[in-house]
Amino acid sequence: MPSLAVMASKKEVPQELSTAPFDPRFPNQNQTRYCWQSYVDYHRCRKLKGEDYAPCDYFRKCYESLCPFAWVEKWDTQREENRFPGKI
Amino acid sequence: HTLMIITMILAMVLYFMASMIINELVDRYMLEGQTIELMWTIAPAVILLFITTPSLRLLYLMDEIHNPIMTIKTIGHQWYWSYEYSDFVNVEFDSYMTPYESDNKSMFRLLETDNHVTLPMHSFIRIIVTAADVLHSWTIPSLGIKADATPGRLNQSSFMINRPGLLYGQCSEICGANHSFMPIVIESVSTESFIEWIK
Repeated sequence: MPSLAVMASKKEVPQELSTAPFDPRFPNQNQTRYCWQSYVDYHRCRKLKGEDYAPCDYFRKCYESLCPFAWVEKWDTQREENRFPGKI
Repeated sequence: HTLMIITMILAMVLYFMASMIINELVDRYMLEGQTIELMWTIAPAVILLFITTPSLRLLYLMDEIHNPIMTIKTIGHQWYWSYEYSDFVNVEFDSYMTPYESDNKSMFRLLETDNHVTLPMHSFIRIIVTAADVLHSWTIPSLGIKADATPGRLNQSSFMINRPGLLYGQCSEICGANHSFMPIVIESVSTESFIEWIK
């Protein structure tokens, strides 16, 4: 029945669609720092806890949702070349 | 120096007030018309109340925090917008204006684009606006949203669309020769259609 199918797919939606939540550290319009902080926190977390530590993925999801791809690529390149401005 | 001036003015005003209070003379032309005085004080106060109430409510409503269910990024370039959806799949595309074809009378001149920003209805969406080169501004008047696109800065805005359809906007910050030719089109679809599209 179409309505049941619709309801079933609607139930999936909240789990499928999730994004970087509201962070009270960055309540205003300027979210640049939220993107930067998530990126830096993810890499620090990975360095401290190892590559397989799953909770680090929270930061990864945040920065992937918020940061433009170009910025992430630029920072990744900088990290590889050891000239990333943040302390990781 | 400033304090001295303030003190002098204050002293002068207090002197005037005291002299008027102590004064026994009464100006007989000043005491008539109590009713009209009352009316033209109360009526504007009531009018202002009618203006303030929705205005204050809107002010607080605008700053309400709600958890968005998805984030889209829009990056302004000279002279097109690019969009990135990166919550669960990585989708990115550019959106150029379609030039006006004089034989196709049904298209909106200067408003149509090749790729529409497809978004689900009835969902809180966060949009992050930035630019890659110069200042732009992303706006959709029918949603009451406008955010400047500044290079090196991520501006956040959020909205919810209540009906399906096409919503148009244009770049709102002068950005060079083709500033008038970089429109924005949002295509609002049901959540199921959106999930189908994004896959």
